[in-house]
Amino acid sequence: MIEVGLSHYLTLGAIIFTIGIVGIFLNRKNIIVILMSIELILLAVNINFVSFSIFLNNINGQIFSLFILTVAAAEAAIGLAIIVVYYRNTGTINVEEIDNLKG
Amino acid sequence: MEYLIVFLPLLGAIISGFFGRIIGDRTSEILTSFLVSASTLLSISIFYNVIFNDYQNNLIIGDWINSGSLKVNWSINIDALSSVMLVVVCLISSLVHIYSIGYMSHDPHKPRFMSYLSLFTFSMLVLVTSDNFLQLFFGWEGVGLCSYFLIGFWFKKNSANSAAIKAFIVNRIGDFGFALGIFLVFYVFGTLNFNEVFLKVNQMQDQSFSIFEFNINFIDLICILLFVGAMGKSAQFLLHTWLPDAMEGPTPVSALIHAATMVTAGVFLVVRCSPIFEYSQLALNLICIVGMTTAFFAATVALVQNDIKKIVAYSTCSQLGYMFFAAGVGAYNVAIFHLFTHAFFKALLFLGSGSVIHSFNDEQDIRNMGGVWKKLPFTWTFMLIGTLALTGFPFLSGYYSKDAIIEFAYLSGTGLGYFAAFIGIATAFLTSIYSWRLLLKTFHGNYNNQSIKIEKIHDSSYVMLIPLLVLSLGAIFSGYLFHELFIGEQSSKEFWKNSIKFLIPLSLDHPPYWFILLTPIIVVLSVPLSYYLFIKDKKITNWIVEENKPIYKFLVKKWYFDEIYNFLFVTASKKLGNFFWKSIDVNIIDRFGPDGISNLIKKISDKAVKFQNGYLYQYAFIMLLGFSAILTYLIIS
Repeated sequence: MIEVGLSHYLTLGAIIFTIGIVGIFLNRKNIIVILMSIELILLAVNINFVSFSIFLNNINGQIFSLFILTVAAAEAAIGLAIIVVYYRNTGTINVEEIDNLKG
Repeated sequence: MEYLIVFLPLLGAIISGFFGRIIGDRTSEILTSFLVSASTLLSISIFYNVIFNDYQNNLIIGDWINSGSLKVNWSINIDALSSVMLVVVCLISSLVHIYSIGYMSHDPHKPRFMSYLSLFTFSMLVLVTSDNFLQLFFGWEGVGLCSYFLIGFWFKKNSANSAAIKAFIVNRIGDFGFALGIFLVFYVFGTLNFNEVFLKVNQMQDQSFSIFEFNINFIDLICILLFVGAMGKSAQFLLHTWLPDAMEGPTPVSALIHAATMVTAGVFLVVRCSPIFEYSQLALNLICIVGMTTAFFAATVALVQNDIKKIVAYSTCSQLGYMFFAAGVGAYNVAIFHLFTHAFFKALLFLGSGSVIHSFNDEQDIRNMGGVWKKLPFTWTFMLIGTLALTGFPFLSGYYSKDAIIEFAYLSGTGLGYFAAFIGIATAFLTSIYSWRLLLKTFHGNYNNQSIKIEKIHDSSYVMLIPLLVLSLGAIFSGYLFHELFIGEQSSKEFWKNSIKFLIPLSLDHPPYWFILLTPIIVVLSVPLSYYLFIKDKKITNWIVEENKPIYKFLVKKWYFDEIYNFLFVTASKKLGNFFWKSIDVNIIDRFGPDGISNLIKKISDKAVKFQNGYLYQYAFIMLLGFSAILTYLIIS
C-alpha cells in the first residue's frame, strides 16, 4: 500500500491541468469543449490549493478554492450564455468555423 | 499731414482689398482714387513748403527693431529728395487710379486691382520717405511684391503668370546684392540710419579688408552691392530681362510701376546714398558704364520691336540707363530731374498706348494699326506730346533733362564722361527714331487691321482722357518750370541741401555751343527722317533690313539675352533640379527614408497578420505559453 502524499496530489493536479490545456488547443470540435477544459484547469488549481492547505495546516487555501469554485460557476454560466447567443446568430459553434478575428 | 500722405493709400488698399465685395466695384474705385488723390494734394503742398519754406522734417512713427546695437525706426523723412519723389509717386499713382476706372471697366476684379494699386502706392511712399536702409528695404520688397501681383493680375493667362514669376526672381538677384549691401553697411558703420552712416563715411573711406590676397575697400564694395540692388529694380543691363515681359500686366500698371515709379527706385537709391557713392569712384564708373550700356542696348532693341508696349518698355529701360549714367558722372540732381520729367512723359506714353490698345480691342501689334489719327484725335495728340517730350524736342520736358544729362557727362571732363556723352547723343538719335516709328506706325500710313473695321475705332472715354491731359501738361511744362530749381546753378545750395551730397561741386561751365545744339538738331532732323523712312518710302527700311539680316535678327531677339539666360541658368538649374529630384530625393532619401520605412512596416505586418488566424484555441494556447514564460522568468529570477 502506497502512502498517499503531497506529491501524489500535485501530480494529479498537474495531470488534470495538462489535460485541460491540451484539451483547449487540440480540440477541433466545439467551444463547449474549450469551456470544459477551462473548468478542468480551474479544478486542477483547486486540487493544488486544497492539498497545500492541508499539508501546510493553513485554512486560507481551502477558502480560496471556494472562491475559485464560485468564480468558475459564474464564468461557466456566462460562457454558456455567450455560446447560446453565438449559436443563435451564426448557427454554429464549431471552433474551426469561428475565425472572425482573422487578420 | 505726412502721416496722411503715407497711410491714406494703405487705408484705401485695406478697404477695397478686404471689403471690396461688400462696398462694390464703383465705390472701391472711387474710394481708392479719392484717397490717393488726397495724398497727392497733400504731397504737393509739402513740395511747395520744401521749395519756399525750406521745410524739412523727420517724423519717427515708432520703433521697429531694437536689438543690441541695431536700432531701426519707422519714420517719415521729408527732405528735398523725398518730397520730389512724393509728388511723382502720388501724382502718377492718382492719375493711374482714375485712368484704371476706365481701362478696367470690363474686368471682373476691379476692387482687387484698385487695392493692389493703392498698396503699391503705400509701399512706394514708405520706400521714399525712409530714413534708414531697412525701412527702405521694406518698401523695396513691398513694391516688388505688388509688382508681382499686378503683372500676374490676369492670372488665367499663362504668360502673365510666368512673367510675374520672372520679374520676381530676377529682382531677387538684385535684392540679394542689396541685402548684402545693407549687412555690410551695418557691419562697417554699426547703424542703418542714413544720417549716421553718412556722417561716418569719410572716416571709413580708407578701410579695407583682404580676401584671397585681394584688397577690397569697404566703401567700394558697399556701393557696388547697393548698385546691384538698384540694377535689379531698375532693369539695368544684365538684369533687365524682366521689364519687357512685365508688360503682360494691365497697361495702367505698366505706366505706374514699370515706367514712372518702381523702376526708378534704383535711381532713387543711388541718389539717396550719394554721400557714400561720392567716396567710391570705382562704383560711380561702374554705374556710368552700366547706365550707358543699358541706354544704348535698350534703344537698339526698341528700334525693331512690334509690340506697342514692348517698345515703350525698352524705351523706359533706355531712359533709366540715362538716369544712371547721370548719377555715375556725379550729376545726381540731373538724374532725379530726368526721373521727374520721365515719369510724366513715359506714364503719358504708356497710358496713351493703353488707350490705343483699348480702342483696338486689346490689339498690341503696331503692324496691325495705322491711319487712325483722325479717329483718335485726343489719344493722338497726347501720344504726340509724349513722343516729342521723350525724344527731347526743344522746350518740352525731355529736352531739359536729357540734354542736361549729356552736357553734364561732357563736363565731367574724364574720358568716360566724353564717351558717355557720345553714347548719350547716339541713344538720343535712336530714341527719336523708334519713338517716331511707334507713333507713325500706330496712327499714320494705311489702316492695317483686318479684324476691326476702321469705322468702329473710337476714342476712349473721358475718365481715361483726363489723366492723359494732366500728364501731357506735365510732359510739356515740367521741364521748363522746374529745371532752374532742380539743376540750376544754385540748386544744390538752395534746394537739395543735405539730401544730395556733391564732394566736388558740379561744374558751372557750359559746354561749347555746337555741343549744346547738337542733340536738339539731331532730334529735330530725325522727325522728317523717320517720316520718310516709315511712311513715305518703306522700301528703304525694307532694304536696310534685308541688307543687315543678321543684325536685324540680333535686335529682334533682344540681343539673345533670353536665350542665353535660358541656356545658362534656366536649363542648367532645371537639369540640376531634375538630378536632385530623381536621383537624390526619389532614389536615396525617399527610398531609404519614408518609403523604405513604410515598406518595411508593410512587410512585417504582412507576416504578423498570419498569426491572426482567428482560431480561439490558438490564441488561448499562445496566451498560456506567454503566461508560463513570464511565470518561469519570475520564478527563476
